Amino acid sequence: MGLLSDPNRRKALTGLLTRLNTPICIVCYLAGIVWFMGLAFEPFTLRTYMSENAMGSTMVEERFSSGERALSLAKEFDAHKRKAGGMPVEWLVKAMQSRGLEVFTQSFSRKLPFPDENKERYMVRGTNVYGILRAPRAPRTEALVITAPCSPGNTNNQAVALLLALAQYFRNQIYWAKDIIFLVNEHDLIGTQAWLEGYHHTNITGMEYSPLQGRAGSIQAALSLELSSDVITSLDLVLEGLNGQLPNLDLANLFYAFCQKLGVLCTIQGKLQRNDWDTAEGYTHAAQTMMLMVLKQACGRSWGDHGLFLRYHIEAASVRGINSFRHYKTDATTIGRLLEGMVRKLNNLLERLHQSYFFYLLPSLSRFVSIGYYMPAFGLLAVILLLRALDLWVHLGAPALAAVDGVTEAEQPSSPGVLTVLTPVVISHLTGVALYLLPVHLQEMAVEHFPVSETEAVVLTAIAIYTAGLALPHNTQRLLSGEGTEQGWKVLKLTALLYLAVLLGCTALINFSLGFILAVTLVPITASITPHIALYAVVMVLLSPAFTILYCVFIYQELIEAPVSVSEGWMLFLSVISQGILDHALYGSLVYPLLALFIYPCWLMFWNILFWN
Amino acid sequence: MAAPLTLLLIVAVTIRAVLFRSSWAELISERVEVVSPLNAWKRVVEGLALLDLGVSPYSGDVFHEVSLSLIHFLFKSILGSDGITAVALYLSIQTYNKNVFRKQKYALESDRYPADCLELLRSPKEMFYIPLKVAMFYLLNPFTILSCVAKSTCGLNNAIIALFILCTLKGSALLSGILLALATYQSIYPLTLFAPALLFFLQRLYIPVNLRRSSFWFFTLQYAFIYVGSLVVITGLSFFLLGSWDFIPSVYGFIFSVPDLTPNIGLFWYFFAEMFEHFRLFFICVFQINVFFYTIPLSIKLKEHPVFLIFMQIAIISIFKSYPTVGDVALYMAFLPAWSHLYRFLRNIFLVSCVLLACSALFPVLWHLWIYAGSANSNFYYAITLLFNFGQILLVSDYFYAYLRREHHLTHGLYLKKKDGTEATLVLK
Repeated sequence: MGLLSDPNRRKALTGLLTRLNTPICIVCYLAGIVWFMGLAFEPFTLRTYMSENAMGSTMVEERFSSGERALSLAKEFDAHKRKAGGMPVEWLVKAMQSRGLEVFTQSFSRKLPFPDENKERYMVRGTNVYGILRAPRAPRTEALVITAPCSPGNTNNQAVALLLALAQYFRNQIYWAKDIIFLVNEHDLIGTQAWLEGYHHTNITGMEYSPLQGRAGSIQAALSLELSSDVITSLDLVLEGLNGQLPNLDLANLFYAFCQKLGVLCTIQGKLQRNDWDTAEGYTHAAQTMMLMVLKQACGRSWGDHGLFLRYHIEAASVRGINSFRHYKTDATTIGRLLEGMVRKLNNLLERLHQSYFFYLLPSLSRFVSIGYYMPAFGLLAVILLLRALDLWVHLGAPALAAVDGVTEAEQPSSPGVLTVLTPVVISHLTGVALYLLPVHLQEMAVEHFPVSETEAVVLTAIAIYTAGLALPHNTQRLLSGEGTEQGWKVLKLTALLYLAVLLGCTALINFSLGFILAVTLVPITASITPHIALYAVVMVLLSPAFTILYCVFIYQELIEAPVSVSEGWMLFLSVISQGILDHALYGSLVYPLLALFIYPCWLMFWNILFWN
Repeated sequence: MAAPLTLLLIVAVTIRAVLFRSSWAELISERVEVVSPLNAWKRVVEGLALLDLGVSPYSGDVFHEVSLSLIHFLFKSILGSDGITAVALYLSIQTYNKNVFRKQKYALESDRYPADCLELLRSPKEMFYIPLKVAMFYLLNPFTILSCVAKSTCGLNNAIIALFILCTLKGSALLSGILLALATYQSIYPLTLFAPALLFFLQRLYIPVNLRRSSFWFFTLQYAFIYVGSLVVITGLSFFLLGSWDFIPSVYGFIFSVPDLTPNIGLFWYFFAEMFEHFRLFFICVFQINVFFYTIPLSIKLKEHPVFLIFMQIAIISIFKSYPTVGDVALYMAFLPAWSHLYRFLRNIFLVSCVLLACSALFPVLWHLWIYAGSANSNFYYAITLLFNFGQILLVSDYFYAYLRREHHLTHGLYLKKKDGTEATLVLK
């Protein structure tokens, strides 16, 4: 309490912080960035290890051998899929029944708010087929899920076939202590969403679905399988789920352990691990892998079918088979064994996976950065906002200064009317609400009046409202003629800084990557902004949330080694926006509302300061 | 002044009505920060249903509200109680300000203030809007709004305490005693407000606090008799209404022994969830004594300023009580405008407001991470609870320091010199 009650020390500290404010802020910013980039450097990261006792010491033996049969099943499935022109429900039901599962179907339908041009769907109607293998050794209170999507075209046939082959093999084993649900879902995430909502009796996204006829116990873990070729070169693990949620790190450890055991090449973010961490290339590789994870996590969408399970407290990951031009190939039997091993270990669980980390970044599959290591990077950026706020507070001649020694002449600050601050805040937020609501609701009108498709209409309306928001300060100023004082903008800036700090802090706790990316772009300009400098206006626009998304698109393309030209990048940017809005409407992703209702209005408040008169 | 107050009431009621109708109401009424096992509307409904069925509402582990509240509910909605609280606070602060100004005038006329202290004196101009600000702080405080929309019975408790303050300041010992008994009957802790009320009446009747004076004892006993008498009558009434003493263990036992460890914004739940069973009794005593203990030193230190003492006591109750909610916090925060003249002596107001703001935002976020996402755990949530309470304690002690400091300056002059002639600063140690 010494610092809080001793006026002299407080005075010294406040004096120091205000005098050296700018240098400290710059140092903090650079330190934050350096810290973050340092996270990918191997000596600074920890080696992954299995924390869960039940999965660590117990060895399991993999005996699955019907890989060849799975491949022939895949051909059969493909033929029936072509014949049915979609999901061959009857064939699947029969196939599962003949393997001794309790089979049920669930039909669902969903009308998208506007057509999805990436996947070419608008009115979605489909059926999920799932079979339950009842546990012979324990009461049916817990369950595991293996899911494979039934995708259009040639993709994922092998995944469904391997699922059926595994079901047949698992049926003959006696050691299952948890029910195993084999789920084949149509229309990828929409199907998964319908099934999960049906399973848990919830309806959060306005999906129409028929209730589930059969249930197993509470689901402990789920694996999603994506496999489109008979042999593969490597398996890719996908962890990023809805709103940047990640499964327990033990699930990744489990996958890695079995890949090592069976000699399967495994990747994360499609990047193989390198052993030369002490070379520049090695570091760059790790940094790229981590950056990819950060970008994927930040966009808040589910990167595989597993992503939606996470919301229901179910640890889940997607395993994706990749076939490239390497010579070393892995056959279906090995993949089957890998899955068998993982499921058997999960079967041994005595409680939900909880021992290991939930907040982590992975520079490679065998190395991880935990929350304690990456949070300081964000903290260093966030503290800049607080330091600037403190500086402003002191400069406002607020009693903080008077209180330093209490009796210095502090003329009571003629507090600028609440109205001066409240008006820009309210108007900014109303713009945010417009940005959130109007694009989807106005699409019909836009389509009538302009020669664009619905999807384009939504995206372009969003961009139009976003741009129109930039013109607001002039109108706001007109509303309050004569109110704009020196103190007015300082109070507004103080409010906006604290608001941004709280906002970014909350975001970073839920989705570190999103919070960090926003902090990197928003903090420098918001911390240094003062009225009437044209240069700031340019920088401000270039660092606005929309431009941040654009940069992320380019960086992402660069990192997955598929660089795009400017026009392609622009098209991708438009599709990212439409996907963001769709993700929010379909699965309840929070990134779009966060940006529209909070970050953008907050940015507008700073934009207001720029045009203060 | 009635017009702005009416306008304020209309605005406040509109906000609440809109929130009531929206889909947020259900969400808010489930929040652990807003409702506690003591005052959740869900539990009240359950209790009423049990009563209708002819079962004692206290027979399960759901209902912990005192029975008289049940009858209250038949008459007035919780929506109204916020309005009553606000008006009562408005009138009390108005009365208080008049008293303060009168006292200041006498002191000024008798030349009791040092010459350089004139800038510390309060002008009627700045005092004019304070009652309105107090009402506004209560009615438009997001904490109160949330608490009201959740239909937490905390609003009722606040209303009774506010009425008690009003009656005390108006000088009615009888009504004040009865209302204090009612508040005590509802949640025990307002018991500590007995001391400031007594001090106020003694000051008002010019009776010095002197243990050897019979007039002091006479009035103390008189007030204590009103208080204890009405407490006995109310308790007896609820016995006759219910026909059993079930409510005593179910309400007061529940408050004191803290069996329900649902997370809330208080300090109890985590501590007692983690503790070994055989230390429980000892630490319950320690934690509960904490609420009552501060009464003695504070009453001695602030015996000349009973209204500020009431504020301190309410704040301490809301920090240290066993099932605090944001509604309790809102009640003492409503008093902050009344001490706006202390603003210049506050030292940590920036830090405190940052802490309280950040915590209010982080509560739901960490709750989400803990309960829904399953990725964080109770430690994260408790860390924020601790920080929130740290902020509150800092706020209260800051106001306490500022108040004492102003009083010190009013007697010793504003520009203090050390013995060697340099400028001196006051330190609270």
